[in-house]
Amino acid sequence: MRKIFFEKLKKLAREDKNIFILGADLGLKYFADLKEEDPKRFLNAGIAEVNMVGTASGLAMSGKNVYCYSIIPFIAMRAFEQIRLNLCQSNLNVKLLGAGGGLVYGLEGITHHAIEDIAIMRALPNMAVVAPGDVKEAELLAEQSVNHIGPLYIRFGKDVAESVYEGEIDFKIGKGNIIKEGDDICLITTGSMLCTGKVVCDLLKEKGVNTGLISMHTIKPLDEDLVKDCAGKYKSIFTLEDHNVIGGLGSAVAEVLLENGFKGVFKRIGVPDKYSSDIGKEGYLMEKMGLDPESIKNLILKYNG
Amino acid sequence: MSSISSEELLKFESLAKEIRRDIVEMLYRTKSHHIGGSLSMVELLVSLYFKVLLVHPEKPDDPERDKFILSKGHGCPALFAVLAKKGFISKEDMSTFAQDGGALQQHPDKDISKGIELTSGSLGYGLSVGNGIALAGKYDSEDYRVFVYLGDGELNEGSNWESIAFAAHHKLDNLVAIVDYNKLQAAGTEEEVMNLKPLKDKWASFGWSVKEVDGHNFKEILEAFGTIPFEKGKPSCLIANTVKGKGISFMENIVKWHDKCVEDNEYEKALKELE
Repeated sequence: MRKIFFEKLKKLAREDKNIFILGADLGLKYFADLKEEDPKRFLNAGIAEVNMVGTASGLAMSGKNVYCYSIIPFIAMRAFEQIRLNLCQSNLNVKLLGAGGGLVYGLEGITHHAIEDIAIMRALPNMAVVAPGDVKEAELLAEQSVNHIGPLYIRFGKDVAESVYEGEIDFKIGKGNIIKEGDDICLITTGSMLCTGKVVCDLLKEKGVNTGLISMHTIKPLDEDLVKDCAGKYKSIFTLEDHNVIGGLGSAVAEVLLENGFKGVFKRIGVPDKYSSDIGKEGYLMEKMGLDPESIKNLILKYNG
Repeated sequence: MSSISSEELLKFESLAKEIRRDIVEMLYRTKSHHIGGSLSMVELLVSLYFKVLLVHPEKPDDPERDKFILSKGHGCPALFAVLAKKGFISKEDMSTFAQDGGALQQHPDKDISKGIELTSGSLGYGLSVGNGIALAGKYDSEDYRVFVYLGDGELNEGSNWESIAFAAHHKLDNLVAIVDYNKLQAAGTEEEVMNLKPLKDKWASFGWSVKEVDGHNFKEILEAFGTIPFEKGKPSCLIANTVKGKGISFMENIVKWHDKCVEDNEYEKALKELE
């Protein structure tokens, strides 16, 4: 997912000399060729994320279209005040590309886990927050991000290689995608939990439950119309994310549902509000937290009576 | 090289006095703080805005202008007073400083129509923004220069040192850092809180070209600014030795005047000293 995003971004950057890409000494293999071709526009800013985001602000204030890349806690949390004051207050054209959403960096430990970033970024005025769900979304997001006005936080979760979509897709920042319609239950996912959600729907189907599936890749601005449509159509709504249940997709959807008088069943499925005390790869940790397809299926069946 | 005639020197000295009076008046009137750190900036800002910076109040957003970033945002009373004298900020706006519904607050809010490049007040992040603007200037082959005004206490913030390393690494000789080295910060002296010495060596060892001046001596300040970049291929750092509370005897070098407000009797006394 990340790879396809970067391939597309590199193609765009080759054509548009206004694009600058800054990295913080991580993941720069993706840009090695570009750095060779045009070292002035592709900078390794060193292990210094605060200065990287500040420098990105100065470049954007000078009319450049800037992308900054690093692992989520380092870019979204270490440099938070620069993001708040520079990028958000001034609505600057800087894209923050965060790797490792959720527990992707499982064995690296808590320093690399990212379960609070959506909540943090979502609370910032002017900031848009997008977590692409699969390769097709990621590629189109790269294309649309170039013309996005203002700061944009892009969260890359588990690197899925496949797509849940058949054929071409209609992707737009701020507009959720209906993957399939269901009867009474709907599952709204964000980021790479989309692919998990697809598996959950297949498992539920085996139990005779036809579940709707929505990719809510953009958490802010949230596609409120789509959430309202779901509220009108479904008796039960579940959200699924690889993020703390506090402040992420589930909270965003709950706000809309409650304000619009939704009376059905609603349940947030995500990382419980605690740091993992287990050691393991992403799959293992997700299972421990009840975020594997089988556990999610069981939870939905339980809540749905 | 920028030098100053004796006639101009008299003019600048009188201007500095007027600006000090404006600072005292606006802070007394609004019971606002940060007088000490504002008074240490006056000669440096007068030199910059009346001799060094290519900025134009009639065209404040001129893309070719020199960029001035006040990183020690709490010193904005001095900046506002100078911007008002230069014609960037109107008298009406100045009269609403630190008031409900006013045009100016106790830390600067980005507004290029008033000559304010960047929101600041949180310490330790102006220099990184300066890096980005300087980098863009180099990339676009623009002639503008970027000046970032730092407090010495502000250098406690580690973020500065990331930016200092970056600027030297990228040979940003269109970038100038000015350190207002008054040796006092909010809660104590440099020695008590966080020793910065040897400050000149620190900057130089990071790859900057450094000059040290008396920050209240127009001749020394302007001579140094006249040689920017101090060395080709290196960012320039001007360490300006200043006195916190400069110009008002009972405020000079006293820690509490970082955030103490001016009382009625102190106001009269201060104005008398600035006659």
